[in-house]
Amino acid sequence: MRRENREREAGVMAVPSAEKFYAMLRSAAVAGLRILDEVPVIRIGTATCGIAAGALLVRDTFRDELNKRGIEARVMEVGCMGHCYAEPMVIITKPGFPSLCYNNVDEELAIHLVDDFLARGDPCYEFAMAALEPNDFFPTFQDFPRGIYEEKMILGDCGLIDPQEIDHFLARDGYLALCKALQTESNQVLQEIKKANLRGRGGAGFPAGEKWDMARKAPGEIKFVICNGDEGDPGAFMDRNILESNPHLVIEGMIICAYCVGASRGFLYIRSEYRQAVCRMERALEQAREKGLLGERILGSNFSFNLEIFTAAGAFVCGEGTALVKSMEGKMGIPEHRPPELAESGYLGKPTVLNNVKTFCYVPPIILRGARWFRDVGTPESPGTAVFALAGKISAPGLVEVPMGTTLRQLIDDVGGGVPHGKRFKAVQIGGPSGGCLPEQALDIPIDFDSLLGAGAMMGSGGIIVLDEDDCMVRIARFFLNFTQEESCGKCTFCRLGTRHMFRILDDIIRGKGEMGQLETLRRLAEDIKIGSLCNLGKTAPNPVLTTLRYFFDEYRAHISEKRCPALSCPELTVYFIEPKRCSKLCNVCIGSCPVEAIFTRDDGLKAIDQEKCVKCDNCLKACPPDYSAVIKLSPLSLLDERLGKNK
Amino acid sequence: MSKKVTITIDGRRISAHEGEKLLWVALDSGIYIPHLCAIRGQDRPPAGCRLCFVEVGGRLGPVTACTEPIREGMVVRTRTPRVDRLVETAFRLLLSDHRLDCKNCTKNGRCELQVIARERGLGPDRDPLQPLPAKTYIDESPRTFVFDPGRCVLCGRCVWVDQQVAGVGAIGFSGRGIRRRVTTFGDSNLAESPCTECGLCVEVCPVGALFFKLPAKKTKGDS
Repeated sequence: MRRENREREAGVMAVPSAEKFYAMLRSAAVAGLRILDEVPVIRIGTATCGIAAGALLVRDTFRDELNKRGIEARVMEVGCMGHCYAEPMVIITKPGFPSLCYNNVDEELAIHLVDDFLARGDPCYEFAMAALEPNDFFPTFQDFPRGIYEEKMILGDCGLIDPQEIDHFLARDGYLALCKALQTESNQVLQEIKKANLRGRGGAGFPAGEKWDMARKAPGEIKFVICNGDEGDPGAFMDRNILESNPHLVIEGMIICAYCVGASRGFLYIRSEYRQAVCRMERALEQAREKGLLGERILGSNFSFNLEIFTAAGAFVCGEGTALVKSMEGKMGIPEHRPPELAESGYLGKPTVLNNVKTFCYVPPIILRGARWFRDVGTPESPGTAVFALAGKISAPGLVEVPMGTTLRQLIDDVGGGVPHGKRFKAVQIGGPSGGCLPEQALDIPIDFDSLLGAGAMMGSGGIIVLDEDDCMVRIARFFLNFTQEESCGKCTFCRLGTRHMFRILDDIIRGKGEMGQLETLRRLAEDIKIGSLCNLGKTAPNPVLTTLRYFFDEYRAHISEKRCPALSCPELTVYFIEPKRCSKLCNVCIGSCPVEAIFTRDDGLKAIDQEKCVKCDNCLKACPPDYSAVIKLSPLSLLDERLGKNK
Repeated sequence: MSKKVTITIDGRRISAHEGEKLLWVALDSGIYIPHLCAIRGQDRPPAGCRLCFVEVGGRLGPVTACTEPIREGMVVRTRTPRVDRLVETAFRLLLSDHRLDCKNCTKNGRCELQVIARERGLGPDRDPLQPLPAKTYIDESPRTFVFDPGRCVLCGRCVWVDQQVAGVGAIGFSGRGIRRRVTTFGDSNLAESPCTECGLCVEVCPVGALFFKLPAKKTKGDS
């Protein structure tokens, strides 16, 4: 009462409480979206992955065909549900039918769906992938093997809401957690995050609450909150997907964090290659500002916070906190010794909270549903869920969210559908270039932040690459070492020179020039780089080598002492050979497939390879019809002479 | 000045100012710790050469002495198997990227790589690492000194004094990973850069990458 009087005296309009303010925003959003319940809605997944698979063409086809037929419907662009193997994905919601999701939609299927489903009323179940809600006609995603394991705490709205329209987020209780937080004392909000034991999802698993507390207690008026979207692991796409599919969730998490630590400015550090993510985030920020959810006096409270995007150049090392901050200051993105931690002295020397995209995403649901809810999922030391990007030799690659403590075997065999084409599983590379290659016997380890360390790997930020019998483990180790030595900033001796020497040794080995003595040098270097490097890029860079040496030593030995690549993958140690017994005089396919005219027809009409000309491109092997499968690979090279001798 | 505390390095009790960096305290007390990149007075040492490892009681692994602040009662060991191994590896790594031609180098006898080798008993002979391809370009354009990148160990002392002490900013780092190097803006030679030839960078170079031209050459054009 007294406050209202004072405000009236000061000549300002009475500002509604945060709760009222939010209720107004939400009811307006709900009202605006009511139309979606009345007309058919076609949701098209247009995250970068969908676009790459042709989603924009599908979108345009739907629009054109609907126009042509004069059907009233909404075509909506949404983010990604994480089923990479099924892109482009389309969800059609038509009143009277369950919402149905269609996979691998092309123009033809789009026209078909408009004709049969939207114009008539046949939902084309034969093309449907799953229904969204339980119904009597068609299975849902929960009935998928992966549906049994998946538990969506942060990906729930991805692929369902339009990331470019804030109303979609608001209508699903978006920013409600912010509203709740702003009405609570900031320290109490922080305590909830601490109680939840939310650990940083960037890889290291440092408790977010403790980090925030450090920044909160650090002296100084000016503090910053930065979101680390510099995702750079080969094969990882978790953060991109979230930024593209549900940008407001990240924004909301960051505002709550800023409220806890008393920060007035924040940045979203996103690599410039993520153009779609940057565009969508820009629009999201704009809309949040318009609605009074960002900027001065958020939701009418006394709390102000400004957030902007920092478009990063995309250097892998800039994912390291101190390097990230330096690159924002306009300096070279090169790591510094810690301490001081960023929470004490970060961007421009001010206390700075830096967390991964996913970490911020967990904040709103924790505030909304409580620390208990979060801790009830996952393991005691690593509560909550984990988001993994499944890639490599796996039947159903994609983005999945499972409780912490799920085993690698469940993740690969059940969620990802196992290794395709009847091939044998060989290893899984988890944690990107900082992680390790784990063999079959490590698959039953429940994955959380700490469990994989004993096996020599780490959970990292969630990249999982499955390898099968055709993958040479020495080559894989070399691939990752090549990546880290290219991406090393070059500041410290161990990382700059050590990884370079390790790469050179691995390169020798795959070319058949390795010596057994080099393996000891390799191991020693790896161990020393792990301890001696300045930052975590260097400290973890040897992991792929150490784990492959530990679990796949036989492959190293075969390369060195037998000059043999067991996976028949290293070109210097492998030759292509056409088995005369299997080859047919009637077939010329391989000749046409060869780009260098290395394949010729022998006097007897069968085909053979001129080894001098062969560039080992693999085309003939792929081209040879399965009935013949006459093209084979041999390793070591000496096997060729044996074969030629035998078949003469 | 901060308060005086007592610490122990290799069994010797030493009195030092709290918060001071361990490396300088040890060196001032006559205890050698290998080092290349650190310069006294740096706010935040680069900690890039990774040579000044020591073990400090209560800490899990070896730590760099240039970044370790002095605390009351700390117990430091400069020679342990773990430290010696790291120093040896770092030293051999640096040597693999350093053109070894000591007898023709002006720093022969004063080179800090030689000091490390002598103090720790490390010679080039047992080195199992293949030398990396040497950089062959040499910048002789300045009137008074020469820059030979093939000998550079990328410690960054020259860059620091150029930017922080001289305030000139003629040189800086460029390139990533193995391509990191000390260079001028736009890769011009030093004579065309803002370099004032103050000579500070040459004085701090721990190896023979920056060295003064012989006086005879310097006065040649003057008379």
